[in-house]
Amino acid sequence: MTRDYEVVIGLETHAQLSTAAKIFSGSSTRFGAAPNTQASAVDIALPGVLPVLNRGAVERAIRFGLAVGGTINTRSVFARKNYFYPDLPKGYQISQYEIPVVQGGGITIVTEAGEKRVRLTRAHLEEDAGKSLHEDFHGMTGIDLNRAGTPLLEIVSEPDLRSAAEAVAYAKTLHSLVMWIGICDGNMQEGSFRCDANVSVRPRGETRLGTRCEIKNLNSFRFLQHAIEFEVRRQIELVEDGGTVVQETRLYDPDRNETRSMRSKEEAHDYRYFPDPDLPPLVIDPAWIERTERDMPELPDAMRERFVASHGISAYEATALTSSPAMARYFEDTVTALGAQHARLAATWILGEVSAALNRAELDIAQAKVSARALAGLLARIVDNTISGKAAKDVFDEMWRRTSSIEVPLTSLGMRATAGSLTAFVDSIIDEKGLRQISDEGAIAKLVDDVLAANAGIVAEYRTGKEKAFNSLVGKVMGASKGKANPAQVNALLKRKLGA
Amino acid sequence: METVADLAAALRARKLSSVELTEQTLTRIEAAQQALNAFITVDRDGALAAARAADAAIARGDAPPLAGIPIAHKDVLMTAGLRTTCGSRMLDNFTAPYDAHVVQGLKAAGTVLVGKTNMDEFAMGSSNETSWYGPVRNPWDTRYVPGGSSGGSAASVAARLVPAATGTDTGGSIRQPAALSGVCGLKPTYGICSRYGLIAFASSLDTPGPFARTAEDCALLLNAMAGHDARDSTSIDRPKEDYARKLRQAGGARPLEGLRIGLPREYFGDGVAPDVMSAMETVIADLRKLGATTVDVTLPAVKYSVPVYYVIAPAEASSNLSRFDGVRYGHRATQYRDLTDMYCKTRAEGFGAEVKRRILVGTYVLSHGYYDAYYLKAQQVRRLIADDFQRAFAQCEIILGPTAPTAAFELGAKTDDPVQMYLNDIFTIAGNLTGTPAISIPGGLSHQGLPIGLQLQANYFEEARLLEVAHRFQQATDWHRRAPAFAT
Repeated sequence: MTRDYEVVIGLETHAQLSTAAKIFSGSSTRFGAAPNTQASAVDIALPGVLPVLNRGAVERAIRFGLAVGGTINTRSVFARKNYFYPDLPKGYQISQYEIPVVQGGGITIVTEAGEKRVRLTRAHLEEDAGKSLHEDFHGMTGIDLNRAGTPLLEIVSEPDLRSAAEAVAYAKTLHSLVMWIGICDGNMQEGSFRCDANVSVRPRGETRLGTRCEIKNLNSFRFLQHAIEFEVRRQIELVEDGGTVVQETRLYDPDRNETRSMRSKEEAHDYRYFPDPDLPPLVIDPAWIERTERDMPELPDAMRERFVASHGISAYEATALTSSPAMARYFEDTVTALGAQHARLAATWILGEVSAALNRAELDIAQAKVSARALAGLLARIVDNTISGKAAKDVFDEMWRRTSSIEVPLTSLGMRATAGSLTAFVDSIIDEKGLRQISDEGAIAKLVDDVLAANAGIVAEYRTGKEKAFNSLVGKVMGASKGKANPAQVNALLKRKLGA
Repeated sequence: METVADLAAALRARKLSSVELTEQTLTRIEAAQQALNAFITVDRDGALAAARAADAAIARGDAPPLAGIPIAHKDVLMTAGLRTTCGSRMLDNFTAPYDAHVVQGLKAAGTVLVGKTNMDEFAMGSSNETSWYGPVRNPWDTRYVPGGSSGGSAASVAARLVPAATGTDTGGSIRQPAALSGVCGLKPTYGICSRYGLIAFASSLDTPGPFARTAEDCALLLNAMAGHDARDSTSIDRPKEDYARKLRQAGGARPLEGLRIGLPREYFGDGVAPDVMSAMETVIADLRKLGATTVDVTLPAVKYSVPVYYVIAPAEASSNLSRFDGVRYGHRATQYRDLTDMYCKTRAEGFGAEVKRRILVGTYVLSHGYYDAYYLKAQQVRRLIADDFQRAFAQCEIILGPTAPTAAFELGAKTDDPVQMYLNDIFTIAGNLTGTPAISIPGGLSHQGLPIGLQLQANYFEEARLLEVAHRFQQATDWHRRAPAFAT
């Protein structure tokens, strides 16, 4: 149905900044405290109180600006966005309007279609509102102002996204980036990272943008995807039926998987923005930007390119390996222990066996039961032909069950398992399971001779030119070795003895 | 005549105890309340406890400079544990949980807080007639207004109820009532006194300052009120200074030798009452005798200050007053259908007519499509006015003129015509728009025997010089010693 239409999406993302205190007061930002226990005089907007900017929030905005290659404005302005709502204590939200702290920049997303640069319009600092609690108050509404004044960075993209899949890829990349640079904990259940999606459609080939609808407060990648998909279908059906899309704000209902109108453009607030007279313009000394730049970690884009260039892995694998700092560290630690020439083997294993095991156990890479160095110990035994790749999977599963028995106690004692002890641990499992590969030339030759002698018929078939017969003979030898013979050696010996 | 300086000396010499002084003060306040309505709240118990503590400190010999001096605070300033109403029904039931920065400073200096003074509602007014608690009356003639918005503070110092009081000045709200009530009122440089705990009217203009009988007392009070406060991002971080230091130097016969006083032609034009004009001529002659010279200056953009002010101040007020929504504190309507109805009824009941007028004006000028034409344009003109002053201050140290175009007017005389009321602030507003310091001191009496105010303005941070000039004038004249019959 979308064949004749182009979908245009821009996202506005609110990332909660990981400061200990709020953006304009000293109250804690910790999640989950009893209602209104983290609301100071400033947060509840008592008469006479004034905001004081938390420089930690500014520092995080600078880090973001550097990470996306945007312009960090050395002078930006806080403005008041005026509207009445019970969980907005001052009757206005302090935000940035005309001059935001970060302008421009972009984020590279990788989808199955390849790489794409998504441009950013801006990123600005603002404060969060409190929460209205509609349950448990017998027809009244409770107000919890613990969240009021929590620092947010609102990151606005250009309308560069062309599908729900691209929007999700963008949101995931942004999500991993803000965690990567340490400015947001990324906890979506707690609302630390949430998106508003501006969605419009237009006939393919049209250059003007269609009328957009804004879907508010999407706090999971799945909701983001479903909401956009629903909205695109709704708008196309509307247009196909001869209707027109009305600019409005919509809410996504995950239970019904649909978006519903919240308020139209006519009902939209006039926020009466004006510069906040309580806060002088935010002036950022270029030296502060330089200092922050020196403290920045290697960014995922740069790391991805480095992995591709120096380790010969694919862009797709490199993207997955740089999805979080912990994942990248795991990969780099494995490669360091194993040797850079085996980086592709490490990548295959981390994205295969390790990721699958993590998914099954619902664990994060930082909680992997097989450490990077233990994995390297296992992979080293594939490299030196001690075990086959298939056998290694059995060993890995056993290590996953048991690694904690060797590494965790050592870690908790402040020690690290030595490379030797990890090798011994891997070898002990290989031996217990009897998976050690037979690479002894004489032993394999004897197995081959026995199989050739016992299967004259198959040998005859082979000689008449049936290639399949060769594979059958390999299978017989492997079977006779209980799968432990080195397959490469078996192949070579068979060929030699058959005079091929 | 009991100035802060005299009383501090008497207390220190143990000729008088703070408890005695405070008792007398409370008695005078209570006796005058019916006639003047200068106070909204009197804190007898708190005042006497503070007085006892001050006496003990004086006895121990470790008393701070203003120990035992009774003081009244304008009810726009938060006072911990004490009702703080801002002259509004909206906050009639509101007890402040903390002290404003300037209240803290004056407490630390040893002053005894006796009560909270009446004021125009949310400091919006020039006659003290918009208070929910009724108008304050001028002690010189109770048919007349004391000026506003700090009318209660001005009247209580004028009537000798208290030796000192605090006020806040957003467009003249210290200087104009000081002029109309015949006392001294200082508006310091914006940013010298923290706004923390001052219930905001117009944040970029609001300035706390002192009322007293003499410029010297204003200097002593400013010493306790000024200073950097990290809780106010517009508070200026600069070294502490003694604002009375120049007053202590010996004056001589011509103490103002070398002083150039600028006389802006815009301050002496149409609309200035003849008796105010002739009072200014006398004042100028007196200052020349003290060695000052005068120079004609011009402030061409100042004629726009009233319209500029009535865009910027209501704009900021419309936003600042949004927090009074009935949700968390203050007045809330008892009967309402839904949230919107609760907001509407609460604010309709809680705010008076002048506050509503300014919220409407402010909301309008910030609206989409009007912002550039009003708010942005007003900010540009504000810049031009500031430039005018910098050009003038290149020619002179002090700018002199009347504080207000007339002496006090009768209650009700201007309540039906807001624009006439607003024009009473025509000479004071520019000081707020530019942020420069200014003082109003008594400078004569009208043909009806009502006080006429003299305004002296100086450049940023020149409070010490401003106070010195006012002090030298007061050493040579006696307008500041004139007291209304009410006080005797």
